[in-house]
Amino acid sequence: MASDPAVADPLRIGSHTFSSRLIVGTGKYAHYQLMAQCLEAAGAECITVAVRRERLVDAQGKSLLDFIDTGRYTILPNTAGCFSAEDAIRVARLGREILSQLGNPGADWVKLEVLGDSRTLLPDPLATLQATEKLVAEGFQVLVYTSDDPVMARRLKAAGAASVMPAGSPIGSGQGVLNPNAIRICLEYLKDGDADYPVIVDAGVGTASDVTAAMELGVDGVLLNTGIAHAKDPLRMARAMRMACESGRDACLAGRIPKRLYATASSPREGTITG
Amino acid sequence: MTIVVNGEPRQMAEGTTVAQLIAALKLDDRALAVEVNLQLVPRAKHVEYHLADGDRLEVVTLAGGG
Repeated sequence: MASDPAVADPLRIGSHTFSSRLIVGTGKYAHYQLMAQCLEAAGAECITVAVRRERLVDAQGKSLLDFIDTGRYTILPNTAGCFSAEDAIRVARLGREILSQLGNPGADWVKLEVLGDSRTLLPDPLATLQATEKLVAEGFQVLVYTSDDPVMARRLKAAGAASVMPAGSPIGSGQGVLNPNAIRICLEYLKDGDADYPVIVDAGVGTASDVTAAMELGVDGVLLNTGIAHAKDPLRMARAMRMACESGRDACLAGRIPKRLYATASSPREGTITG
Repeated sequence: MTIVVNGEPRQMAEGTTVAQLIAALKLDDRALAVEVNLQLVPRAKHVEYHLADGDRLEVVTLAGGG
């Protein structure tokens, strides 16, 4: 079946719609100018930010917001660094307050991250579930960072998460998608009877092929930060990530050929001069 | 009175409001949220919210993150 690849294929998460399927973080860049260039080169429409204490000394320094057009990007505030449901809920409320002031459409959602361990940055599943329930009850659209455990993924969706976002591998590790079968099962469970339910691979992407591989599995998008920010040439990597995401999506929709053990010739057997 | 702002003790006049504190700290208030004793104080309440001795505040903004 042929389809027109130029036809719009938007990413829908809750009430938000994007033409780009790459969600890009704003952390760890050498400087804000480079960050702004990378967001542009990655084709991002949705970007993640953290909520942090104001610096009360040297408060006159440049702010992240001096480099982000808040009229252009939908900002997804995270609860990064929280190790309890209570703290994550507080941070989510603070983020909503800030984005409401900015008039940014991201005021109604949150990237929920409740960590259970500082070395692996793996999520605390119980606290993550509790925080999801509470934030959903408070009207947030919750995009929830989780491990690649399909049972947990199903529980989070049942709790009302707008998107379940399994990690490909530990945050910032650059190991790519370590267990594609787990992601496949997450996809089957989460999209069962609900094909449009958005599943995002969040964390672990090291290079462009990791993004393509994730998208080829059938996830709806990829969220990444370090893979661009810490590349030797972040701007070039941002461009690579954009194309990788588009390639993976197209390949997924196009449908790959089955893998076979033996060769099948591409040129016709008939008419060879060897008779 | 003594209040604690982002973990640091600070002397303020009795009855200082959240709005007065933000002005005194010379913060860019485009993107700022305030919590007093773990409870969010919405911007619309900053003018009328009077701080008390021992209050613990968090004053936050957006930062780069993933």
